[in-house]
Amino acid sequence: MNNVLQLVWLIPVLPLLGFLINGLGRKHLSKGLSGLIGSGTVLGSLVISILVFLSVKNGNTPVIHYFDFINAGSLKIGFDFQVDQLSSLFLLIITGVGFLIHVYSTSYMHEEEPKDFAKYFAYLNLFVFSMLLLVMGANYVIMFIGWEGVGLCSYLLIGFWFRNNNYNNAAKKAFVMNRIGDLGFLLAVFWLINKTGTTDFQGVFAGISKLTTTDITGITLLLFVGATGKSAQIPLYTWLPDAMAGPTPVSALIHAATMVTAGIYMIARSNILYSMAPVTQAVVAIVGLSTAILAATIALRQNDIKKVLAYSTVSQLGYMFLGLGVGAYTGAVFHVMTHAFFKALLFLGAGSVIHAMSGEQDMRNMGGLKKYMGITHLTFLLGCLAIAGMPPFAGFFSKDEILAAVYAKNPVLWGIGVAGAMMTAFYMFRLYAMTFLGKFRGTHEQEHHLHESPMAITIPLMVLTLLSVVGGWVGIPEALMKGGHHFAEFLAPVFAQSDAITVKHTMTHSTEYMLMIVSVSLALVTLVYAWMKFSKYEKTDKEETGIGKVLENKWYVDELYQTMITRPIQFMSKYFNEVLERKGIDGFVNGVGKAVNYGSRQVRLLQSGQVGAYVLLMVLGILVLFIIQLFL
Amino acid sequence: MEIKYYIGLAVALFCIGVAGVLTRRNAIIIFMCIELMLNAVNVLLVAFSKMHALSALGKAMPSVVSDGQLFVFFIMVVAAAEVSVGLAIIVMMYRNVHAVDVNFLNRLKN
Repeated sequence: MNNVLQLVWLIPVLPLLGFLINGLGRKHLSKGLSGLIGSGTVLGSLVISILVFLSVKNGNTPVIHYFDFINAGSLKIGFDFQVDQLSSLFLLIITGVGFLIHVYSTSYMHEEEPKDFAKYFAYLNLFVFSMLLLVMGANYVIMFIGWEGVGLCSYLLIGFWFRNNNYNNAAKKAFVMNRIGDLGFLLAVFWLINKTGTTDFQGVFAGISKLTTTDITGITLLLFVGATGKSAQIPLYTWLPDAMAGPTPVSALIHAATMVTAGIYMIARSNILYSMAPVTQAVVAIVGLSTAILAATIALRQNDIKKVLAYSTVSQLGYMFLGLGVGAYTGAVFHVMTHAFFKALLFLGAGSVIHAMSGEQDMRNMGGLKKYMGITHLTFLLGCLAIAGMPPFAGFFSKDEILAAVYAKNPVLWGIGVAGAMMTAFYMFRLYAMTFLGKFRGTHEQEHHLHESPMAITIPLMVLTLLSVVGGWVGIPEALMKGGHHFAEFLAPVFAQSDAITVKHTMTHSTEYMLMIVSVSLALVTLVYAWMKFSKYEKTDKEETGIGKVLENKWYVDELYQTMITRPIQFMSKYFNEVLERKGIDGFVNGVGKAVNYGSRQVRLLQSGQVGAYVLLMVLGILVLFIIQLFL
Repeated sequence: MEIKYYIGLAVALFCIGVAGVLTRRNAIIIFMCIELMLNAVNVLLVAFSKMHALSALGKAMPSVVSDGQLFVFFIMVVAAAEVSVGLAIIVMMYRNVHAVDVNFLNRLKN
């Protein structure tokens, strides 16, 4: 099995090759070929990732050094890959879900021109490459390369249909918001280099005693700022819903399954730092929980099918951060995995619906799709059950694990978390019922056009459904099955160091049963309520009022940012442009020029060309010098 | 003779030279006036040299005795060279514009 580790470098290199071939040959490749290259390279990575995963399972967790990336004085940063439980798990998620989405895209993007089609796959492959680099890097610098790379690909893919200016603005918004977070990440890395002289994960975690509490708190907070940008948490979450401007498979891959979980991966990777900084943990937990609730409330009243899913993603990411904040690293990573399955499934299902509806995204114009799209309907329903946390689907196990850990820490937070879970059940089944149940509310033309999507779309849906159903069974809590939590056992070495220093909260099994029953039954009640209420949904022209209007307008957070930050900056730029730049700097520079011009025009008059005048001036000058010499 | 007479003579010569240069337009006369100024300086050099030589006699400082007078020769040589160049210019000027009026030579202007 050791030979597999010699192939590790191929995992990111294959998608990079795909990117190069598709990117450079985009004008010559046919659609079939570029789709084949795009999906094939990711499939290759998936195969190697599975082999690596099996090897890691046998206990091979090396750090593989390839070459020196930076070698300056005492600072040495190698281009190293870390192969361990956490990264191999993420490798599987990225390449597995990534491959399915590539296959799905071959059908979904089929109406594009061949060169746009190849460009799309080039970007998608570049994204997979960057994401793999992010999770495989053995130090913060390599991670940061991937971190920036995925941000770039996110920008490129959100703005893929760049002829629409709104989409471009959404792409720019995502990029700028991410940059704000990246700055925090970068500062944290500098701080680490300054204090420990290394950025290697192993080096940093081994030399953690060199850091004071202030250092650790500062570094972890700055890293968390980076995570809020990439993983769309308060206050930097507003880019993610706008990012839905991109093609739907992109939303599934980048803005649901993989890239947005980079922040969680990074914190889980740095778990020991976070465990030693209780202040940061509290901040992470509070930010996570507030985001989970805020986004869930917004999702209650959105009518765009993708917007609901986007806010749902923000909300679920909030849960993951809540888990990280209370020290349930395994739970958070578990939720990353299950969320990748069911959220990718839901997005792809939504894409299938949008495809059938010829681009329509407003749920008010859907309804009754159940009888037209059998497979999409069934897979979507199972996905909704999974995200709503119904046993025995995947979402139940991961969400339950996070909530149990939260309860052990603080029952009040648990209560709020359960309220969020109820909202999740509500908005998901509102979405489900409005889309698939009731009567069709669209135009006749759309109704005529309705069809089940082709195999390339339905097969990934079915695979993801299978994963969403059984994916949680690797982490069955102790209370339900002794030794059932293979997931925690597998990841235990990664979190061993922080487990050793955290206080264990043990709960009796009866408490756990109680928690599960309460959260599941509450979610079930809201689920049924939403199902009943929205299966008979009729389109109305009535304007929303009161709190509904506020929710529909996303708590006016975008407007708030607009007035609080964007407007003042624009005003200031305008002021600086018009006053400081035009009148101040330009005025000064032009003034110097004008003064020289004017002065020389005046002085030129002295050059009369009359020799006598020159001589007279010379004599006068000499006289003046004489007078100065003699009398002064 | 007292030094002040020499100085008086030199100043008078110099002022005549300056006045000539300032007021006349004929290039040759201007030239002559410049010579006048140069020679005024020469007179001063010789006079001061003689004066300092008398006071420095007992102190064995031979250079003080001769320096000023030597300088006069240099000035004469340079002035002679200058005159030859200057006269050549004036000849050329006359050939071109048929005049030796310096105000004619303002063609560079504009």
